[in-house]
Amino acid sequence: MSAVLSLRGASLRFDDRVLWSGLDLDVRPGEFIAVLGANGSGKTSLLKVILGRQRLSAGSVSVLGESVQSGNRRIGYIPQQRLADEGTPLRARDLLSLGLDGHRWGLPWPSKSRRARVDAVLASVGASQYARVPIATLSGGEQQRLRVGQALADNPRLLLCDEPLLSLDLAHQRAVSELIDEHRSARGIGVLFVTHDVNPVLGMVDRVLYLAGGRFRIGTPDEVLRSEVLSELYGSPVDVIRTRGRIVVVGTAEGPHAHPDGTHAQHDEQHDPHHADEYHHEVRPL
Amino acid sequence: MIASSVAAALSASSSAGFDWNQIFDFTDYGELIVLLHNSLLAGAVLGLVGGLIGVFVMSRDMAFAVHGISELSFAGASAALLLGVGVVEGSLVGSLVAALLIGVLGSRARDRNSITAVLMPFGLGLGILCLALYSGRSANKFGLLTGQIVAVDDPQLGWLGVIAVVVVVGLFVVWRPLMFASVDADVAAARGVPIRGLSIVFMLLLGLAVAVSVQIVGALLVLSILVTPAAAALRLSSSPVMVPVLSVVFAMVSMVGGILLALGGSIPISPFVTTISFLIYVVCRVIAVVRARRGLSGRLRVATE
Repeated sequence: MSAVLSLRGASLRFDDRVLWSGLDLDVRPGEFIAVLGANGSGKTSLLKVILGRQRLSAGSVSVLGESVQSGNRRIGYIPQQRLADEGTPLRARDLLSLGLDGHRWGLPWPSKSRRARVDAVLASVGASQYARVPIATLSGGEQQRLRVGQALADNPRLLLCDEPLLSLDLAHQRAVSELIDEHRSARGIGVLFVTHDVNPVLGMVDRVLYLAGGRFRIGTPDEVLRSEVLSELYGSPVDVIRTRGRIVVVGTAEGPHAHPDGTHAQHDEQHDPHHADEYHHEVRPL
Repeated sequence: MIASSVAAALSASSSAGFDWNQIFDFTDYGELIVLLHNSLLAGAVLGLVGGLIGVFVMSRDMAFAVHGISELSFAGASAALLLGVGVVEGSLVGSLVAALLIGVLGSRARDRNSITAVLMPFGLGLGILCLALYSGRSANKFGLLTGQIVAVDDPQLGWLGVIAVVVVVGLFVVWRPLMFASVDADVAAARGVPIRGLSIVFMLLLGLAVAVSVQIVGALLVLSILVTPAAAALRLSSSPVMVPVLSVVFAMVSMVGGILLALGGSIPISPFVTTISFLIYVVCRVIAVVRARRGLSGRLRVATE
């Protein structure tokens, strides 16, 4: 089967800082790829490249065999979570229907077929009960379910998710990631799932793309998430600990206070290894 | 009518030597209404425009920008008054320039607020300068700030009608993608909605709406028809159909009600319009609180079998 997304020799640099280079990646229909890496390693920028909002410095990218353009309705997109403001004049079903026909001009005239379609998508993401509730009054988990529904409403071939589980509790993390998993296997949607914590999706992931310090590794979680692989990638000792079915990466100087522009990647080598142990990412409080 | 009975009661018991007839006076009411049918029509049209565009002002969080645009519209109108050219054209130019500046320079909310805050006092100062130099009727000066609906003549009504049609039709054309872009810009962009172009189109429509509102309720009180009715409607509903409908109804009631109450008295219509609009908002808030207490969230209960 042909790839839904292809990157060839793709590089992205800002000024003299290389986020990643020489990236070759094919995402097959139905494949679930987790994009991991420190803050500022270029995970979100990768999604922007695919969405046509960021140009590659070198190489090429194509979606469904065509070069990318700004605004592709074959792509579903779940951006980093931003809770709806109070006073947003939309109910759950209205937010969802924007994903179906929000790009069309004119007034949204109600029709039977449109309503039926929105109802079907609402049901498929388990949001029927709050279909008529103003979105600003919904919980973060409920809003995120709707965003999944919105992204899937128009039958995309590729789904881009940017930290879709951020600030959700464990139950909702599981619910939302299972929802994405279910739809991608049922409909053969390729998924690129940006996350700082691979654990909630570990059982679903086919391959991992790990970005760090201008370089990357691609492979199955077992191939990539290993101490020697990540140590080589980071250029400093990194421990990957497997405990009770969870993966914890220790020593990447990536903590809650890490600098968001990713300058820590350069700092890594100078980092005192004893202090580095104080930081660990991909650990979330239970 | 409540207002008239209140007025009657108050004037009967007036011991402070304050003449309530100055505020409410309903003698010869029937004849006045015939005379002012232009004004009533203008008020209704303005209610439609303000109520509709207010929905987007709220969902794009642009209430402050509206105020800024109206001050520059005031500056344009004052300059036109001084130079002896059309006041309507002057206020149109002022508000379109302000709307475009805010739209182009302030694509992010923080930038937009600071640009607005920079433009607003400048516009107001410019307007005051022009008015200070103007030696004509002082009623003209005051009217730009606080409204002058009592004197809507046929050409003015024509202007208002044309601009209102442009704004309403324009809004209907961009309605759905504009709503998408307003509430969810990232996803809308990913779906191919022209965010930037829509933002400029919206600012132009907003500039037009503000310019006609300044003509009628005055620069200081534009918010009462471009923001308050939509804010009140959002307290009652989140339905994409009900919010604009309620907002238009509230704006029209404020405008037409304000004109009807102001007819007889000698003060401008704007205090009446703003008071009605404010009271509607208060009532809507109270209703929202009562509803929340009763747990009417709109959720369906899980079916128990």
